[in-house]
Amino acid sequence: MRQTLARRILIALSVVIAVAVTLGLARLTAHASSPSTAVSTKASQSKWRVVTACDQRKTVLVEGYPDNQPLPPTKARQVASLLTDLMQYCNEEVNARIASDEHIFLSVNGSAFVQYVPGRALPLLLVNGGKQFTQRDQAIWKAELTRMVDEGNKLFHSSKLGTNGISCDMCHPNAANTHPETYPKFQTQLKKVALLRDMINWCIENPLEGKTLADDDPQMKALEAYILSQRAGKTIEPGKH
Amino acid sequence: MIKDPFGRRERKAERERKAFYDSLLNADRRTFLKLSGQAAALAVAGSAIAPHSFQLVELLKAAENETEPQVSFRFAYISDTHMFDKGMTHRFVKAALKAVQDVNALDPQPDFILFGGDLAQLGQPGELNLGKEILSELKAPVRMMVGEHDWFFDMGEKWQELFGKPTYSFDHQGAHFITLQSVHEKDFWTARKMTPMERMQTVAGLDNAVQSRFEVGEEQRKWLADDLAKVSKDTPIVVFSHSPLYKYYRNWNFWTDDAEQVQELLFPFKKVTVIHGHTHQLLTNHIRNIAFHGMLSTAWPWPYAPTGLPTITIQMDRADPFDQFDGCGDGAVEVRKDGEVNKNYNFWSRNPFKVSYEMVASGTPAKPGPSY
Repeated sequence: MRQTLARRILIALSVVIAVAVTLGLARLTAHASSPSTAVSTKASQSKWRVVTACDQRKTVLVEGYPDNQPLPPTKARQVASLLTDLMQYCNEEVNARIASDEHIFLSVNGSAFVQYVPGRALPLLLVNGGKQFTQRDQAIWKAELTRMVDEGNKLFHSSKLGTNGISCDMCHPNAANTHPETYPKFQTQLKKVALLRDMINWCIENPLEGKTLADDDPQMKALEAYILSQRAGKTIEPGKH
Repeated sequence: MIKDPFGRRERKAERERKAFYDSLLNADRRTFLKLSGQAAALAVAGSAIAPHSFQLVELLKAAENETEPQVSFRFAYISDTHMFDKGMTHRFVKAALKAVQDVNALDPQPDFILFGGDLAQLGQPGELNLGKEILSELKAPVRMMVGEHDWFFDMGEKWQELFGKPTYSFDHQGAHFITLQSVHEKDFWTARKMTPMERMQTVAGLDNAVQSRFEVGEEQRKWLADDLAKVSKDTPIVVFSHSPLYKYYRNWNFWTDDAEQVQELLFPFKKVTVIHGHTHQLLTNHIRNIAFHGMLSTAWPWPYAPTGLPTITIQMDRADPFDQFDGCGDGAVEVRKDGEVNKNYNFWSRNPFKVSYEMVASGTPAKPGPSY
């Protein structure tokens, strides 16, 4: 046990020395590479070099190499290989960073830097399992949204929510005067704070003389979807009116 | 005079009434005697039965007429009842009955009553029969106009059987009256293989893009030109049209597609007034020599359209949905001896509002209201 402890202390000491030496060397190197004349520009002092691809959307930042000197051939080949990998992703804007310790980090479309192992998939949108959303995905979302809004549109223009032939659109063409953007608000006539669905139910029960819908009724959701879609772009002003 | 805390233009009549009472206090003996008869009537009305603001305005007008150029005659209007055939307790039927009671209570009675169209909701024979039955309770003679809700189920067959031709003219007290069928639409139903009911429901919806736009049509414009050829240019002309005879908001068919061509026929006359239904709101417009007035519905008020509202319209406040009658009502039109026309809006749940010919002529742009 004691031997082991002594050995550990030795190792720790040697690590401290190694770090001290490295730092000292780094300082020396910094001194050595610092400009001897006052005219040299700030750029020439930087300790990295930026390589930009021809599409202007991919850049590689190589740490530890001043930008006023050509890259050594091995480094240049690494950068070229990385850029070739990145060029597959035409539409994305990628900033790569090759750290001094040879680790590669990528920032895709301005997101945070994440580590990248060459040959593996690009860490595009992490929420989507690294895959891009396709046009098909987007078409599905749009169709689903339209389906719900259309369902609401039909209900809004139908007298089946009520019993007396009256429908919502008779007083509210294009959902005018529904002001969904003003809820929640204290509805003075109800003497309580109301949400849009409370007023929808009030209208179903009174002018339409129908049965109120449950808050989570798909018909209620569709009505809300239609009304809100008709009023898109209006500033949200809770409590107004 | 009290300061109106809400600054509603609709409260003008209330302020005028207050001024009238105040004037009684300050009147000399002679004026007092002249006004006291009316004051007594007001007092009785105020204590015995709920005062009918509409009648108060009429009395006020009578007092004003002592000095102003006289009103030649008045006619009342009821419009856009949109009745379903679902029994006498249906809310729209109750509203129509209320209007009939209202107009029958007018003293003096109007020379005639204009019915402004959309008697029925879906053009059903039952709805039109019920409508005729209810309107038959009116004491003064009724002049009928047709609306799209009466027309597009059977293309006007039943309506014409009950009420005759939808296009006609007549003279009354020196004014020439013309009633148009301004809700013709180009055929959108045959190609879509619609049933009569589908056609009717399509036209009944305001915010659908399927239907065509309203038009007077070439045949009727020709009739109008012939009719007007017989009238001197000094004669006051009053046109009844269900749709506004100008272009307000296309998406909701607050619109007449050939409005310019109809207006062209009316421009040569000295004084023209168009009274229209369909828009269910206080609505005023002025194009050259033509004044346009909308009528209130008895059934429900429409919101103002998001664009195209004539600038001289003083918008009514948004209706209270919790009050069935708010924003609804009937009204009357005063035709003066000089051919000028004042338009009274008799709001059921608000104070009455009068759009005088001076207001229309001054053409002062009104401030945007709170409606939309």
